[in-house]
Amino acid sequence: MIRTPLRPLARILEARQNGENPDAIERENLRIRHEQMRDKSRVRAEGRLLVLGIAFFCAFSVIGARMGMLAASEPAEPRAQVSGHSIIASRADIVDRHGRVLATNMSTHSLYAHPQQMIEPDRAANALAGIFPDIDPDRLAARFKDPKRKFLWVKRKISPEQMQAVHDIGEPGLLFGPREMRLYPNGALAAHVLGGASYGAEDVHAAEVIGTAGIEKFLDEELRDPSRAGAPLELSIDMTVQAAAEEVLDAGMKLMNAKGAASVLMDVRTGEVISIVSLPDFDPNDRPNPLVEGNPSDSPLFNRAVQGVYELGSTYKIFAAAQAIDIGLVNKNTVIDTKPPFEVSGFKIGEFANKNYGELSVEKIIVKSSNRGTGKLALAIGPKRQKEFLKTLGQLDATPLEIVEAKGGAPLFPKRWTDLSAVTISYGHGISTSPLHLAAGYAALANGGIYVNPTLLKRNEPATGTRVMSEQAAATARGILRKVVTEGTASFAEVPGYHVGGKTGTADKPKERGGGYYDDKVIATFASIFPAHDPRYVLIVTLDEPVETSGKKPRRTAGWTAVPVAAEMTGRIAPLLGLRPDFGEPGLEKIFSTSR
Amino acid sequence: MRTLLFLLAAMAVIGSGFWAYHENYKTQAELDHADDLRRDITQARERLAILRAEWAYLNRPDRLRDLADLNFERLGLLPLRPDQFGMVDQVIFPEPPKLDITMPIEVTSAGADQAGADR
Repeated sequence: MIRTPLRPLARILEARQNGENPDAIERENLRIRHEQMRDKSRVRAEGRLLVLGIAFFCAFSVIGARMGMLAASEPAEPRAQVSGHSIIASRADIVDRHGRVLATNMSTHSLYAHPQQMIEPDRAANALAGIFPDIDPDRLAARFKDPKRKFLWVKRKISPEQMQAVHDIGEPGLLFGPREMRLYPNGALAAHVLGGASYGAEDVHAAEVIGTAGIEKFLDEELRDPSRAGAPLELSIDMTVQAAAEEVLDAGMKLMNAKGAASVLMDVRTGEVISIVSLPDFDPNDRPNPLVEGNPSDSPLFNRAVQGVYELGSTYKIFAAAQAIDIGLVNKNTVIDTKPPFEVSGFKIGEFANKNYGELSVEKIIVKSSNRGTGKLALAIGPKRQKEFLKTLGQLDATPLEIVEAKGGAPLFPKRWTDLSAVTISYGHGISTSPLHLAAGYAALANGGIYVNPTLLKRNEPATGTRVMSEQAAATARGILRKVVTEGTASFAEVPGYHVGGKTGTADKPKERGGGYYDDKVIATFASIFPAHDPRYVLIVTLDEPVETSGKKPRRTAGWTAVPVAAEMTGRIAPLLGLRPDFGEPGLEKIFSTSR
Repeated sequence: MRTLLFLLAAMAVIGSGFWAYHENYKTQAELDHADDLRRDITQARERLAILRAEWAYLNRPDRLRDLADLNFERLGLLPLRPDQFGMVDQVIFPEPPKLDITMPIEVTSAGADQAGADR
């Protein structure tokens, strides 16, 4: 850079000669120099601003373009991320208490049609009718040729073989969509517990599997919850025990000419239902339609063990005895006069086959199953206390079992609980409950007086419940139940080694249209606990309209019908439950046993 | 000196570009591989689910009962009954092996006294 001197000598000398002030020249030059400096820095600042502006513009346009691209493009899964448990099945499996599969999912295909893409609708319809026998070819062809139709479902789920066969038709208008189906690999096993599933909202690409009954419907939300990440739902049911119980009950039902049967096996400490059977049953893979007319209890869908509320008869007597002992009115040796007449509010209370047992101890009243004896106990207890007691035993509310049908099994009992009601209810008439109610009630006797809610979900620790009677009263009641088997009406129930205790109950069936009871139709029930000295399980067996014909006269009492079936069932399932038979005196095995 | 600097800078740019592209291709290949693996896993899971369902179907109690009946002569399987439980002392355990004594050492307390025992 050439610096112009502020006081150029030539001009200074010239100015001096002319008598001018040379300082003016210096000022002038200084001004010029300042102006030049100002211009230069202005240009530089402007340049910098421009660069900065361009940089900002570029940065913002990159951000803007990126945002625009993100907004406009299709979303994609992050590829680099490690995915652990992706959502595999839309619905969780259901397994039994040992992890054996009761319900699972399988991917199949659905078949749908686009009629506008079809080339030979008639041939396609005929070929489809050849593959699926339930298709009517003429109706299907008419639907294919309907010009207004752009889409129609042909089959909701098809097997791989059927899919190949449809593929071989070569019709471009027949299309497949992926479809998840619910599979119950064990067929009719535990059908009433599982219920069934069907499709909810449907699309070509997927369909929602929803539960239609049983636990599938009750826990629908939970089973479909994606946060389960495929963890199966563990039930308290034991598949082996359930299968054995179904087999024995089915054979027993046929042998006793019954039209229906139910059984409940419950763990008395945890309230877990190990097996619950209702016959006749159905295949949940192919759930039948509910009956349109007639009695719904004739449908195989009807769950007798939970929905079937019946008067369960003398099995209720032990509750009256246990309560009377619990509140200290009597002990098991207190003698009560059961001779006729015994009238309550003008109604005569009779015994089975008009017997007269005379004076009986409380224990003998249950062993002999005396109506008048328990009636007198009930009168001593009083209707109010009796109702409260049965309420705490869960006999007056629907059971909280985890299937939707449980709500439909609300007990029936008189609104006004009079003295007469108290007497009849004490021997199981005038109150209708399900076998499951009875199981829960007997479980409270069996576990030392604590009511636990029955459940279908696996529990790992003893359930907490409310105490309904003292431990001593429960123990006395268990002793009486054991006596019923060894000396009383349930002598066929004895299974060597298992010390069964229980109570029979035979109740006449009420006529559907009202007006009294049938003479020749009964509900025979046997409620049992085993082993009686230290009960682990309670087993209820109910037969609907059984009749035993080996004798001269047809026999219908529970002692001849339900009890032998229950004994056979105990003998079959107790070993499966890992219960070791004990052929000695009860209680001594604790000293000997080395395997426990 | 300046030219050399420029050259080195250009080389560095080319080198880093090459490295960046190389890494990019490697990443893409790994991602594709991961996608393949994920697809394989999904297929394996589906297969597993189907095999599990089939296993449950083949082991359903009805079928096993029928098979046990069919093959009764060969297998002789019956339902478990209470009388099939045994006691532990009914089990025949093998006798414990006898010690093979070849060089017995005779030990006697003859001559020992109380004082020796107290010591």
